Amino acid sequence: MMNPLIPLLVAIPLAGAFLTMIVGRFITGIPRYMALTTLLATAFISFWLLLAGEASPSVYIAGGWEPVNGVPIGIHLVHDGFSGLVLCIISLIGLLSVIYSISYMAWYTSENFFYALFCLMIAGMNGVVLSGDIFNIFVFLEISAISSYALVAFGVEKNELEATLKYQVLGAVASFMILFAITFIYWSAKTLNIADIRSAFSTGDRGSHYVLIQVLLLTGFGLKAAIIPFHAWLPDAHSSAPSPISAMLSGVLIKAVGIYVIIRLFFNMFVITEGMSVLIATLGALSMAAGVFLAIGQWDIKRLLAYHSISQMGYVIMSAGIGMTLMARGIRPDVAALAITGGIFHMVNHAAFKGLLFLNAGAIEYSVGTRDLHEMGGLAKSMPVTSATSFAASLSISGIPPFNGFFSKLIIIVAAVMGRFYLLAALAALVSIITLASFMKFQRYAFYNREPDNIRKEIKEVPAPMLLSMITLAVVCLLLSLLALPGVRDSVLTPATEILMDQMKYSSQITGI
Amino acid sequence: MKGMTVIVKKTTQLIAGIIFLYGIYIILHGHLTPGGGFAGGVILAGSFILLILAWGSDFLHLVREEQGSTLYENLAILVVLFLALSGLLAGVNVFFANWLPHGTPGELLSAGILPLYNIFVGIEVAASILTIFLALIIFKEEVLK
Amino acid sequence: MTVYLLCFILFLTGLYGVITRRNLIKIAISLSVMEFSTFLFLALVGYREGGVAPIVDTADPVKTYVDPLPQALVLTAIVIGLATTAMLMAVIIRIYRKYGTFDIREIKNLRG
Repeated sequence: MMNPLIPLLVAIPLAGAFLTMIVGRFITGIPRYMALTTLLATAFISFWLLLAGEASPSVYIAGGWEPVNGVPIGIHLVHDGFSGLVLCIISLIGLLSVIYSISYMAWYTSENFFYALFCLMIAGMNGVVLSGDIFNIFVFLEISAISSYALVAFGVEKNELEATLKYQVLGAVASFMILFAITFIYWSAKTLNIADIRSAFSTGDRGSHYVLIQVLLLTGFGLKAAIIPFHAWLPDAHSSAPSPISAMLSGVLIKAVGIYVIIRLFFNMFVITEGMSVLIATLGALSMAAGVFLAIGQWDIKRLLAYHSISQMGYVIMSAGIGMTLMARGIRPDVAALAITGGIFHMVNHAAFKGLLFLNAGAIEYSVGTRDLHEMGGLAKSMPVTSATSFAASLSISGIPPFNGFFSKLIIIVAAVMGRFYLLAALAALVSIITLASFMKFQRYAFYNREPDNIRKEIKEVPAPMLLSMITLAVVCLLLSLLALPGVRDSVLTPATEILMDQMKYSSQITGI
Repeated sequence: MKGMTVIVKKTTQLIAGIIFLYGIYIILHGHLTPGGGFAGGVILAGSFILLILAWGSDFLHLVREEQGSTLYENLAILVVLFLALSGLLAGVNVFFANWLPHGTPGELLSAGILPLYNIFVGIEVAASILTIFLALIIFKEEVLK
Repeated sequence: MTVYLLCFILFLTGLYGVITRRNLIKIAISLSVMEFSTFLFLALVGYREGGVAPIVDTADPVKTYVDPLPQALVLTAIVIGLATTAMLMAVIIRIYRKYGTFDIREIKNLRG
């Protein structure tokens, strides 16, 4: 009854990380292929569980400790529609980043530490997504966070050390706030299982510390997800890291340990109140606007992309907030479902095109040697594949059909209009237009300008593994727009929305099975 | 770095063995008394760190020491993972299951597979704290000449 | 109730230290104060009236034990806090060698 593949998703990257450390000491040159094999296995298991799996949600109880009198006493790992989708994103972007870093990391020393930390980060993120127990989320969150601190500071120069110091201090404050909130939850609900906390909160009065718990959790996970006003670490950390790590951080980490946990806890654990949902929608709208206005004036390509990450995550949080507000008021559940579907679809799309954009920025830095837009130009002739994939990704993020960004932004704006949030819909459309302007500037200065006069060396295309990752991600961007079709959507996106909106389905899997 | 005075060196010579035995005692009785793998491992590492601080690191070849402790750490974690997965192989089909016979409560050889977990987690925590200490000393001593 | 309020005040003291201190080592120590206040709160939540330490002894049976689950959670969280502090210390040592100072007002290479 319990699927034994589910804990393997955490055990295989962990074993891969430590085997890489042992084998890499004796034989050099082998860690990259071990990391590749580990991530291929993880990706295969994730896609198998999503597409050919059994009825969702499937629960795996670690240690075999069955619930006693309906009270869960073990640690549950839950694989349902939403977590299965995020698992697939993690493995896919991770696999393509490892293929990219086979040739990109050749000019750094101590490569086997890099691959070991990378697999450890993947194991931590898989653990956060799969766990159904709130303290387990904290433990795996810390595993992936500490690995990412070390990975950001990988080339130990002045900029990277300063960036990881800011990231670490803010991340540590966020983690301790989360632990404090978990203690409050244990005090009031006497249990740590998410479904059981839900049944403890929905009966009886909740007391005045309910709002304190929600605010502490929103602050802590908002710091991890870089929502305004907790975004101060993101531009430095994502621009100073090596490029495959920037693609992983911006494409997967802020979603798996930030946005995913916020959406999961606020929909499936807390009873939704109107005040918090309006607050979440407002924070999302502020992130959208502030991120894109701060991004216009940037001339460093990776800082530009990092600020755009803040704004696109604002789209996801705003649509989740719209869905929560409509559910709290008890009106128009179909519009709420549409908003949540749009948010989850945009999360999936953003992983694909932001990962591709960061890999392109890394390719430009590898060939030209600089990250400043003033000092480059005319790369469309000398780097044709990079230029074509970068053009595809820029069209995706700006929301131009037939790429995937258009469909997800359309669903979010239509849901906002149907729910009578006219101001938010207008803001979303305006931010999309400014994003288009910003990326037109990026394309013009990097690829289509005339070449500057002080070119130092011959610029040629990047090696084959990097090209393979970029082309695959560009094809994925095109294919993801097929998720908007009703037939495909019902098998991938609709189970995720249902498990979030249906109040009883998540908690009945504890006492029913 | 240079060592400390003669009094400190002689005292640690007498005490370090007792601290090591105390750490092993806490690890082995983890299922009967408070403690277990984590706390016992930290005490084990404490005895090694005490020796290095008192006698100075000029006696050691620090990079070789650090490679040795990293190897122990990785091997111990792999054994813990293998023990966790052994539930899947031994027919019980559950991750982290406790499939060795439980004895009578209160004896030293009871509680199934838990003492084995305690031992290997203890080795792992001791090795990793020693690695952290050695890595910080190596950076100070041998990188910044 | 008063002890829980004191734990929260200790948490806010640590947060104040992180925000206002200029020396990097003092920021690291304030983070440790924040984390210890959380452990104290977590261990205090498990107290039951008239309970004894949760060690089962078959010789003399006892009626009420204190809750052992928060004690296990605190053990795990202490190890996580150790790893976080060790990582922070390693980065601080390397920053001192690169920048030459512990003052965070001097470490402002990235701006904008």
